[in-house]
Amino acid sequence: MTNESHWVYTEKVKENFMNPKNILIDGDDYQDDGKGVVGNIKCGDEMMVVIRVDKKKGIIIDCRWKTYGCASAIASTSILSEMVKGMNIEKAYHISPKDVAKELGGLPEHKIHCSVLGDKALRAAIDDYYRRNGLDFKIKKEKAVLICQCMNITDHEIENAVLEGAKTYYELQERTKIGTVCGQCKDKSIELLNSFIKKQEENPS
Amino acid sequence: MGTKFVYMDNNATTPLHPEVKSIIKESVDIFGNPSSLHSCGRLASEHVEKAREKIASFIGAEHEEIIFVGSGSEANNTVLSIFLCSSKIRGHDWSNGKDIITTRIEHPCVLETSKCLRSRGVNVFYLDVDKFGKINLEQLKDMLTTKTRLVSIMMANNEIGTIQDIKSIADVVHENSGALFHTDAVQAVGKIPVDVKELGVDFLTLSGHKMYGPKGIGALYAKKGVEFCPFIRGGQQEKGRRAGTENTLGIIALGKAIEMRAKEMEEEHIRLKGFKDILKNSLEQKIADIHFNGHPDDSLSSTLNVSFDGVEGEAVLLYLDLEGIAVSTGSACASGSLNPSHVLLATGVSAERAHGSIRVSLGRENTKEELGYVIEIFQKVIAKVRGMSTAYSKRRE
Repeated sequence: MTNESHWVYTEKVKENFMNPKNILIDGDDYQDDGKGVVGNIKCGDEMMVVIRVDKKKGIIIDCRWKTYGCASAIASTSILSEMVKGMNIEKAYHISPKDVAKELGGLPEHKIHCSVLGDKALRAAIDDYYRRNGLDFKIKKEKAVLICQCMNITDHEIENAVLEGAKTYYELQERTKIGTVCGQCKDKSIELLNSFIKKQEENPS
Repeated sequence: MGTKFVYMDNNATTPLHPEVKSIIKESVDIFGNPSSLHSCGRLASEHVEKAREKIASFIGAEHEEIIFVGSGSEANNTVLSIFLCSSKIRGHDWSNGKDIITTRIEHPCVLETSKCLRSRGVNVFYLDVDKFGKINLEQLKDMLTTKTRLVSIMMANNEIGTIQDIKSIADVVHENSGALFHTDAVQAVGKIPVDVKELGVDFLTLSGHKMYGPKGIGALYAKKGVEFCPFIRGGQQEKGRRAGTENTLGIIALGKAIEMRAKEMEEEHIRLKGFKDILKNSLEQKIADIHFNGHPDDSLSSTLNVSFDGVEGEAVLLYLDLEGIAVSTGSACASGSLNPSHVLLATGVSAERAHGSIRVSLGRENTKEELGYVIEIFQKVIAKVRGMSTAYSKRRE
């Protein structure tokens, strides 16, 4: 009955879910160079990523993580932690959920939003590393406007979601979890969503 | 991966009873249209009526009070959608009132339909539930007015198993208003005794696949004398109350499933109650920081809903699945929606605990041997998920 080929995710997702790599173990005295925590347990997922950095070469030498999250969050962060090892820190800064999903061989549409926390936590960890090393100027001060206070979603993320195919408010929510707590930002989000869709239609990339 | 397969998701659906399988095989050639006058049609019609008798007698109804429908959802949609059609019910003139009362823990087929009715100008009032999932009769009494036209309250909850005192609820409704009373008894019929006359309900919903019958067949009990207007129109089937050629095979199978329930229900209830107690006690002993949801006593003997601190339910469900154990969760991630179980939230359980909830629902095929395996795997999986959880280490620090 447990036919493996009928599992809800790809083999790669399953493999990373079954044996998640680079979990930060409680009690291990892990000396990190940067630590980032994003998400919220109330909303169903929280992610912590810690990194060690070769400061001379500017390379991430190790990455560990923990999560309160579903199978997609576990699998995507597991693979993300593998991807960034040995990677230039600047390059790692720009990993997107799309890159992670691609590495996993795809995720079901309604699962994309579960995987966005890994790269966010990684960026938070890198920012933390910059801060600790007096490199604050490198922190990407995005001229982003915070739209959803509860889920910490900016207009940049709405634009990214549109570029990735979100066409309705519901699809936007699926990708970003925007407005899923208090819902006060709904009107503003829809307005931005429509303007980004229009922008994309006018200038298709 | 082992070949072990333990199915403990019987509130979602059940496997066919072997006797039901047999009767389906025996009946596949009964193809006649029960509405046809020739012998072929009459044979099909005879089988349909025999099944109707079985169902009626099992719930204490008269045979003409049973209407076959396509599912429990259809039966619930029917009751919630047709009540506006009839102007006079039980001698009351309804031209002014069109209010509905229901609860926050109903199945989505009731909640979504009531939401739709709201947009069509119907006033819908929602009863709260206490931490065990029980409604409050005083609140119900206060809500009832001369405008209340329908009250719909489920008998046993699919997620937490809590059983409402339907008889007292029906009494309160009828003593304090002229409203009709409907109960969604999809999870109750076949698990606990249900007698429509004793309960005093006007409508009752039951479904085949929750009691070892096939999917796609259900029945609606509609009390004699209650004005009924069809939801699906255009045929004289079911005495003009539900158009569409009968699902003969499904009806025959439902009849058999109910016949078997009559024979096995009592013994099974005792057996599964024992299993549930073993599961509950063992999990409590072996796994720290867990909380049971639902009513400790007035609950289905087959349903156990438990929240594990610091874990997300979908991950637990899928790790259990990899070990061959099938259960369900109230976590948002598993449902495809963005919110955790509305039932658990209504009982005052925090969003975090709702995300970390697992429902085990036992059935007739479960064995005592399976319990040991399930407990062992639960320990392993919960330890694994907690080991990588930001929410659990935080608690421990």
